[in-house]
Amino acid sequence: MTPLAVTACTATSAMGSGLAAQFDALAHARSGLRPNDFSSAPLACWIGRVEGVEEVALPAALAAWDCRNNRLAWLGLQQDGFIERVHAARARYGAARVALLLGTSTASIGATEEAYRRLDADGGIPDDLLRPAIHAPHSLAAFVAAALALEGPCLTVSTACSSSAKVFASAERMLRLGLADAALVGGVDTLCDSVLFGFNALELVSPEPCRPFDRARNGISIGEAAGFALLERVEAAPQAPRLLGYGESSDAHHMSTPHPDGLGAELALNDALARAGLDAAQVDYINLHGTASQKNDEVEAALVARVFPPRTRASSTKGFTGHTLGAAGILEATVALQAIEHGLIPGNLGGDTPDPSCGAQFAWRNEHRRVDVALSNSFGFGGNNACLAFARAGFAA
Amino acid sequence: MNALRVWVEGVGLWSPQLADFAALRALLAGAAPAPPPPRPAAATLPPNERRRAPESVLLAVEAAGQAVAMSGHDAAALACVFASSHGDQAITDYMCATLAQAPAELSPTRFHNSVHNAAVGYWTIATGCHAPSTAICAQRASFGAGLLEAAGLALAEQRAVLLVCSDTAGSGPLDEVTRCRQSFGCALVLAPQAGAAALARLDLALQAGAAIDTPLPAPLDDWRAGNPSAASLSLLALLAARGGRCELAAAATLGLRIDMEHVA
Repeated sequence: MTPLAVTACTATSAMGSGLAAQFDALAHARSGLRPNDFSSAPLACWIGRVEGVEEVALPAALAAWDCRNNRLAWLGLQQDGFIERVHAARARYGAARVALLLGTSTASIGATEEAYRRLDADGGIPDDLLRPAIHAPHSLAAFVAAALALEGPCLTVSTACSSSAKVFASAERMLRLGLADAALVGGVDTLCDSVLFGFNALELVSPEPCRPFDRARNGISIGEAAGFALLERVEAAPQAPRLLGYGESSDAHHMSTPHPDGLGAELALNDALARAGLDAAQVDYINLHGTASQKNDEVEAALVARVFPPRTRASSTKGFTGHTLGAAGILEATVALQAIEHGLIPGNLGGDTPDPSCGAQFAWRNEHRRVDVALSNSFGFGGNNACLAFARAGFAA
Repeated sequence: MNALRVWVEGVGLWSPQLADFAALRALLAGAAPAPPPPRPAAATLPPNERRRAPESVLLAVEAAGQAVAMSGHDAAALACVFASSHGDQAITDYMCATLAQAPAELSPTRFHNSVHNAAVGYWTIATGCHAPSTAICAQRASFGAGLLEAAGLALAEQRAVLLVCSDTAGSGPLDEVTRCRQSFGCALVLAPQAGAAALARLDLALQAGAAIDTPLPAPLDDWRAGNPSAASLSLLALLAARGGRCELAAAATLGLRIDMEHVA
């Protein structure tokens, strides 16, 4: 495909707010996980909670959108001068020519949970939460559209943990077809009881900080994050890093377990490599989905071992942030872009005794080397898979 | 460019009053079609899945199955765009009520069925479909936004795409904010080129500003007001009748003008 320029990006997670904080955490192998101090009832686990979300105040004109997820979105938009870059794109192309495509799995379900915890005397939603737009899965994208005065195509992708990776694919199609000249992509998921107790019910939550690809791993740690990127045609920013390709597929296997042979994951990977015009051997770094669930890590490690040469480096960064679910795609896309920018392969934090299925590709500690091409894997419930391919400006496959 | 041309090769429809697209045609021709049984048949699902599946999945799969059968495509080869404004409201209601009272008792099955892509997940599993599949929403513009996404996918990738848009009726306290009065599901199979199965040609054009809903005759106007997925009735009515033009919301501040012409 014709590459697109990633002209701006930002991320906010348990590693910190903004790209500098994220890079500092990665460079110093510092996890943002902490003992669970969030859920409305006790649950012994570790979480990737973003500092300061509770203190975020939305502008008065946006007060109707107030909820944790939109506060985190607003906090995320303030970082790295991102909002100014969006305003510049809107001024350059027109509000109706900037598409807004965001992924989320939680949206603001936390606000609906809260409404049910304190229903009013006649069993209805309490007056302060009687705001229909925040009780719908489109809450995030509708809020961001209102906050940034964007009037182009606007869509929420909600495919569980691949959501904010798949928005890159939708954006590329819209730009290719001329439906927009720029696309704001990204995603936001926030901690809420639904995901903490839901994954707990599936026996997928670890009582300890998650250990991706460790032989003794025992489940995920859940996190929250906001991330955004601005995509434009390469001519608009020839020096910006590129979205080189993407891949999407369906496992057609099981609602909550990956295909045992990694069939869908491999289809998505092959699709991404083909669109990017890459051989597997040209990939310098892969940010893996690596949730620390038994099945995901087993299947994904086998895929890396059978497709890539040892010079390709691979790691999961879930040990830094926890699994940020619908925001994982965009969050880890920014980690892949930072690997390209800074020549840092983040070590696979939490994996102290490697699972035997892991090949020589795994970077267990930080490594410093030039990265021209980086991939990011995101796999979701329902067997929904996505793979993104990024490269530095000027890289020729 | 902001215009897209695609062909409709199959149509599916289910509501408490309309068993399928033929029923809508009959209704618009002045007949009184028999309503379907209360639970969508969703025959594409294996029997055990059909028994266990939540209503939102049955509704989406029923509409999808009808459209794919009409198109003659192999379901496994179709890329999928499943849209829903509210997802599974009964499960959201159950989850929020359980979390408020006894969070540790949350059902794992209901949790994994609560993801917005549950219906497309079950569909791809039942049909052995490894193609790209997505689940989207856009509040009251979910059908228009889904149509734009599906048409874009069909043209950009030059492949046939299954679009489904469905919402169930509201449940519990949640109903106060979703205001879904009854279930409504529809599906289209869209192709990038005119093939033998083509029923109609659609020309889609983006229109700046909020869309003004095309007027509909009773009772379609009431149905449209009572379920966000029934925004599709503006287009389905054209497909069922003689074609023409309608306008739908593609986003809160973006319209989609559709010119439809029958080709079969």
